[in-house]
Amino acid sequence: MGPFLKVAFTLFGIITASSIFAQAEQMVTVKGGTYIPLYGVDSTAVTVDEFTMDVYPVTNKEYLEFVQEYPEWKKSKVKRLFADGNYLVNWESDESFGTQLAEDAAVTNISWFAAKKYCECQGKRLPTVDEWEYAAMADKNSPDARKKESYNQLILDWYEAPKTFNNSIGSTFKNYWGIYDLHGLVWEWTMDFNSVLISGESRKDVDKDSNLFCGSAAVGASDLMNYAAFMRYAFRGSLKANYAIRNLGFRCVQTKGPNNNNLTY
Amino acid sequence: MKKILNAGLLCLLVINLIGCNTNNSTKTTAEKYQCPMHCEGDKTYDQSGKCGVCKMDLQLLAMNTKEEGEISELSIYNLPSKWTNQNNEEIQLKALKGDVLVMVMIYTSCQTACPRLVADMRGIEEQIPADKKEKVTLVFVSIDPETDTPQRLKEFAKENQMDSEKWVFLRGSEADTREFSAVLAVNYKKISPMDFSHSNIISVFDQEGELAYQQEGLGVNNKETVSKIIELVN
Repeated sequence: MGPFLKVAFTLFGIITASSIFAQAEQMVTVKGGTYIPLYGVDSTAVTVDEFTMDVYPVTNKEYLEFVQEYPEWKKSKVKRLFADGNYLVNWESDESFGTQLAEDAAVTNISWFAAKKYCECQGKRLPTVDEWEYAAMADKNSPDARKKESYNQLILDWYEAPKTFNNSIGSTFKNYWGIYDLHGLVWEWTMDFNSVLISGESRKDVDKDSNLFCGSAAVGASDLMNYAAFMRYAFRGSLKANYAIRNLGFRCVQTKGPNNNNLTY
Repeated sequence: MKKILNAGLLCLLVINLIGCNTNNSTKTTAEKYQCPMHCEGDKTYDQSGKCGVCKMDLQLLAMNTKEEGEISELSIYNLPSKWTNQNNEEIQLKALKGDVLVMVMIYTSCQTACPRLVADMRGIEEQIPADKKEKVTLVFVSIDPETDTPQRLKEFAKENQMDSEKWVFLRGSEADTREFSAVLAVNYKKISPMDFSHSNIISVFDQEGELAYQQEGLGVNNKETVSKIIELVN
């Protein structure tokens, strides 16, 4: 009995440890640093403190587990304030994403509130625009590839490719930090997506609405040549928090300690 | 006896089928039914039955079963966030339920747009008829909770002669403020330790906390905003 129990406990221990390890393994560290974002304050460099980021976007399978645990986020239960009518619109039912969507594809048709809640329930949070942009300017070999033509071309090629949202996670390149799919599958929610101060109607022939926004002239583009990034900022600027869009998913980040400077909104 | 019953049922069924083609949704009952295929758009029925177009069974709409006192789906009172007012009292947004709310997000150290937004709010308040004033609450929410302490908000209220029950000044955590701005579709960003860029939007909420109207821009004609408020109060 004794040895048997021991073996059982050891096995149990190994299984638990490995599953915890698997969880932690899904995040990698992004070392802090400074960068000049496309949209910043008079082209000043922004300092980003070290953080860890999910290696992959959150998948349909993972999100299904979440709604099972938190039924108020099921397709039919969610409040319209928190997600519009397109929330999980392609899911077959409350408890199934159906056969059209791959279980290891990024979950999309997710509102900002839902994404935010998911991360909170994992003890994580959504990345800030700066954290996301900072991590996403890396290519395979360098932390800042924005000047490389190949890097920009790759992103623009993706912007043109249809229906990438249903591709499996990990099917694009692994970047310098060890993160997959920042470019190539889906667009991703950020915590402060609404800090972008270009008007909701971005198709106007001006990129700032000085009547609607106070001080918008101070927040202009630093590098208009960076067309890909410009698309992202314009997209964020057009979002509302309860929008659920087919090519928009999310991933989470974590920072050590409450005093992380990245969160000064 | 059985025949009569059957005939009665048949009659009811026929009435139902006829009813299918007329709009039954004017009656307000707790339960609503809708065709699962949305053959007739968002049309709802008060009774279960079959769709007049595709003959499928009508589905019970869960979201329309709103009980007295319950908060509606689109209401900001669903937000669990806690706030502090200018009198240093902790309140939830729910505490404001029942009044028509006029809301704007500002920060008190702002030198450019905010004084004009404050003036706009005052202008709106002045146009509400005296007998309706007590049914309207005007709310300022700070986007700079770090600087805008309750004391600071109190001073700001006094400076602007808004130190009465009608005017509420709120501050919350940075995360709750960001969430609230997301609901209001107000964008903002800290551009220096002292300054923020932000959208100039004044929002009107009905007694249930649902967004009813938004006025965008500075010093714009607020006639529509005012008429919307008066319409809601009535």
